[in-house]
Amino acid sequence: MGIDLPLLWAIIIAFGLMMYVIMDGFDLGIGILFPFVRDREDRDTMVNSVAPVWDGNETWLVLGGAALMAAFPIAYAVVLSALYLPLMLMLAGLIWRGVAFEFRFKADESHKPFWDKAFIWGSYMATVSQGVALGAFINGFAVEGGAYAGGVFDWLTPFSLFTGVGLVVAYALLGATWLVMKTEGGLQRRMRQLGKPVTLVVLATIVAVSIWTPLAHPDIAGRWFALPNLYYLAPVPVCVALVGWLLIRTLSADTHAAPFALSLALLFLGYSGLAISLWPNIIPPSMSIWQAAAPPQSMGFALVGALFIIPFILAYTAWSYYVFRGKVKAGEGYH
Amino acid sequence: MFGLTALELARIQFGFTISFHIVFPAITIGLASYLVVLEAMWLWKKDLVYRDLYHFWSKIFAVNFAMGVVSGLVMAYQFGTNWSYFSSFAGSITGPLLAYEVLTAFFLEAGFLGVMLFGWNKVGPGLHLFSTFMVALGTLISATWILASNSWMQTPQGHEIINGVVVPVDWLKVIFNPSFPYRLAHMVVAAFLATALFVGASGAWHLMRGNNTPRIRTMFSMAMWMVLIVTPLQILVGDQHGLNTLEHQPAKVAAMEGHWRNEPGAGAPLILFGWPDMEAEVTRYKLEIPRLGGLILTHSLDGQYKALSEFPKEDRPNSTVVFWSFRVMVGLGMLMLVLGLWSAWLRWRGSFYEQRWFLRLATWMGPSGLIAILAGWYTTEIGRQPWIVYGVMRTKDAVSNHSAPVLSATLIAFLVMYFAVFGTGVRYMLKLVAKGPETSDDGDHPLGKGQAQGGQAQRPARPLSAAPDDVDPSLN
Ligand code: HDD
Ligand code: HEM
Ligand code: HEM
Repeated sequence: MGIDLPLLWAIIIAFGLMMYVIMDGFDLGIGILFPFVRDREDRDTMVNSVAPVWDGNETWLVLGGAALMAAFPIAYAVVLSALYLPLMLMLAGLIWRGVAFEFRFKADESHKPFWDKAFIWGSYMATVSQGVALGAFINGFAVEGGAYAGGVFDWLTPFSLFTGVGLVVAYALLGATWLVMKTEGGLQRRMRQLGKPVTLVVLATIVAVSIWTPLAHPDIAGRWFALPNLYYLAPVPVCVALVGWLLIRTLSADTHAAPFALSLALLFLGYSGLAISLWPNIIPPSMSIWQAAAPPQSMGFALVGALFIIPFILAYTAWSYYVFRGKVKAGEGYH
Repeated sequence: MFGLTALELARIQFGFTISFHIVFPAITIGLASYLVVLEAMWLWKKDLVYRDLYHFWSKIFAVNFAMGVVSGLVMAYQFGTNWSYFSSFAGSITGPLLAYEVLTAFFLEAGFLGVMLFGWNKVGPGLHLFSTFMVALGTLISATWILASNSWMQTPQGHEIINGVVVPVDWLKVIFNPSFPYRLAHMVVAAFLATALFVGASGAWHLMRGNNTPRIRTMFSMAMWMVLIVTPLQILVGDQHGLNTLEHQPAKVAAMEGHWRNEPGAGAPLILFGWPDMEAEVTRYKLEIPRLGGLILTHSLDGQYKALSEFPKEDRPNSTVVFWSFRVMVGLGMLMLVLGLWSAWLRWRGSFYEQRWFLRLATWMGPSGLIAILAGWYTTEIGRQPWIVYGVMRTKDAVSNHSAPVLSATLIAFLVMYFAVFGTGVRYMLKLVAKGPETSDDGDHPLGKGQAQGGQAQRPARPLSAAPDDVDPSLN
């Protein structure tokens, strides 16, 4: 054999989820920033900057779900039924927000404010639920005989609520820096202003999660602070600090794309930190990717497709972003 | 809630969410292909009618697509949240199929959708047509994978059960399982038909209001050609589908026909109407034609097929429901046939755009395709019970361990939200339809030109203050 199928699939799923977090992150972030922008025209510009791409961004979430079912059916079954309520809330949020993209422009004047609110609430609800789900995932699940054995509200802990709020701030940062890149004038200035405090809060959140997680989970502490590991892992926090500092600098300067690139880097670092903490468990705290793996016939079949098709997906997605490159002008974009 | 068990609530929740979902994909599949045709006609004939129709229907498409995406998102997670035992048992098959659907179809649709809807002024005409085509192709690929998955659950093969889980041993057999070709053909044709009826109804509605423009006439005429040609095809495919079902799921066909027992020596009758009674094991108040059932299903006047009472009680699907859902579908199919033939007759007589009763019927038939699709799926899915994977896993063993109160709460939330959100969306779609295609007789709108970046200079992008995308407030 030789090929470690579960390992490859774990990498693909981790990659898909990361794509989701950074891509849907900035368009959810736009909903999160909506309350801070009052002007109608600015709001339309914000929505138009993501209208052509949001559906593709969300598809990475569908890929995450499907790939998990294909490669680790037990994990799909356990994790999704354990997170039943937060996931239902997330879906509800995504529904409100997804239709609001279209309905905002189709509604008659008196209903428009309603769909703006739906856009805001949907974005917050989806983001908080994702963050809570993440926190609950880090905390781990009770499993017995291959099925979820905990209660309906096990996901609800102070830690998961904290990660819920943390994700809101992280997405807000992505949204703000995306808009710095895609807009100009007053809206861009506003986003530069908002970006700085948000960066600080994101950094504080990363620090808090990095302290809280090892304190609550000795095995994770062991991984980070055992001796040879510490040397390899030390660069991660150093990079975080460096990127954060650069981000604040570029937000003040007259750069357009750099802040967005840097906030992507920041999120990527945070994400890798989590991956290091959780590896190699797919159902924390104790079921590994090898224990939860689907039969090799399933993993192999789907792997052929994934490896062959994902490069094409990346190529035409990039092309679509290229077509809509440059600044979004007020009034441009929607059919 | 209402004394329902957790299993029943989970089933209602799944049935409710998928019923909403399927309505949007059906229109998405049909409209995407229709838009390809319209855009190709525009590029070929350079007739503005086609371009205006393209822009008109692509707006409606956009609203519909958004609803298809968000309702589909729910489906992709429900297998894990609501049917976790099914997922850990058979996820090794449905998972890879869904993964292929995401990789080959959903990304394709989403990747080219942006250019299709927003890129008219940004890319050249050829590339724009290509994007529309890719979206349409994506919808068809999507239907293929999801129907392979569903058909495998109906007529499973190509797998073994090892250590209590399904292990795929032959993927070609899994995908090309016996019911798959029939189900795929029947469903895709159904989507085209439902869309044609919807487009046709929009045209008829405008014609009745005296809105007799070339645009309206063109779309009405195209839709009625489609109904005329495709309905007989659908009936043919449906008949073949039924014969295939008789071979692989005989209990389902017996339930669809309300056929409880065979009389020695006599061919099975065809029951036109009646009320199958599951307790008494008879079909009451029935109106039947002798021997016709046997003739249709076995092609012999003395033909018999296995009756419902010959199956153990715990293996019988609910005949009362599927008997009627099947008749609703077939009845509507017959009405569509009438509509198509009538349209041909009127065309020949030259009163195609005027005949009031014909236009009235075409308007009323607008939702009939969608209703037939739902009725068809209820027949298929409820007729599969009590199995989730036919003959392999029972539905009651598939459901997650959620309690009835939790499921009731989420079900109520879904009910309220779906009716509010999708109800509003459908209203917006209908208001766009009512507004009719815009006329933009020349290609040089001031705004459109200014923004062209090598694309097709034409329509203005939305000038915000004027908000022309608003649907006419008088139609509220
Ligand atoms: C016959 C066709 C058909 C059927 C039976 C289903 N779907 Fe569907 N689905 C589509 C045809 C389709 C589509 C035409 O491809 C859609 C509609 C609008 C769209 O964006 O794609 C779609 C959208 C759609 C999406 C959103 C895709 C995106 O993000 O772009 C998901 C996750 C699903 N579906 C999942 C499902 C699941 C899990 C189903 C079964 C239980 C299901 N669909 C039944
Ligand atoms: C899209 C059109 C579809 C409709 C309208 C539809 C309708 C239904 C309905 C009404 C039920 C409930 C049956 C009952 O509980 O008696 C059901 C169950 C179910 N269907 Fe479908 N279905 C559709 C497509 C699919 C597809 C494509 C799949 C799989 C890939 C699927 C898988 C299931 C599963 C897993 C259940 C739950 C178990 C059960 O109750 O049988 N369905 N569906
Ligand atoms: C009038 C003649 C028709 C016949 C004889 C017919 C036959 C059938 C049969 C036997 C099934 C159940 C197959 C199974 O569960 O194994 C079915 C399902 C279905 N029918 Fe029809 N049908 C007809 C018309 C229509 C029309 C007009 C539509 C929609 C526009 C339609 C849409 C569907 C759908 C969506 C399903 C469920 C998916 C599937 O199993 O293929 N049918 N049909």
